[in-house]
Amino acid sequence: MTVLASDARAVQTSEDVVAIRQAVRKRAVELGFNLVDQTKIVTAASELARNTVQHGGGGRVIIEAVEDFGRRGVRLTFEDEGPGIPDVALAMKDGFTTGTGLGLGLSGARRLSNDFSIQSAPGKGTRVVITRWR
Amino acid sequence: MERIPILKMGEYLLVTIQVDMHDRLAMTLQDDLTARIVAAHAKGVLIDISALEIVDSFIGRMLADIAAMSRVLDAETVVVGMRPAVAITLVELGLSLTGVRTALNVERGMDMLRHRIRSRLDG
Repeated sequence: MTVLASDARAVQTSEDVVAIRQAVRKRAVELGFNLVDQTKIVTAASELARNTVQHGGGGRVIIEAVEDFGRRGVRLTFEDEGPGIPDVALAMKDGFTTGTGLGLGLSGARRLSNDFSIQSAPGKGTRVVITRWR
Repeated sequence: MERIPILKMGEYLLVTIQVDMHDRLAMTLQDDLTARIVAAHAKGVLIDISALEIVDSFIGRMLADIAAMSRVLDAETVVVGMRPAVAITLVELGLSLTGVRTALNVERGMDMLRHRIRSRLDG
């Protein structure tokens, strides 16, 4: 996989979540995503950014334009050094929440992306990588 | 402090969300709106989201909460103007907006509010 463009941003506040939505939208537009695909990747970014702020105690995101076998996509890597997730399988279930949300953040972001991976352990923070292809 | 304006039109309140809302702004709107329903004796609330480019789970929950709270305060809520791409994404995200009435545009939303309030008075 080739990285065509990359930028890193802080994910600390709810204003950062808005700025990340806008940056992801810009990247998706540059890659020629249609409106529905733009909306899906931006919504997934919003869910994951909010998780990073609320559950991860803040972190960062890397927003990339990538190319693989002639197809192009947006790859987002959210990382935090927060408390981590003890049971990732449980956290991936619809409706599971430790906070005040709806528990759709992780499961919803997975449905809205083509590729999804998560690494997390107690005390080790959380890293979520999603890609949506054009 | 940044706020989303709430307009009063007779017995209705009209909210047009025109900015990409951060979470605190959404919470402020929820608080402001419930206070205004009581202060203005509003019978209906119309929320125009036609300018919103996404509705994620937080904004979806805010809309559902506003609908539920206004119902308890004896007012009806209709959400209007959702973009097709937003609707498609919402369903895939897993949000069904249970309990939230929707209409295609402001005009149909107002018709829906009038109709519901009239039928409630008749009943």
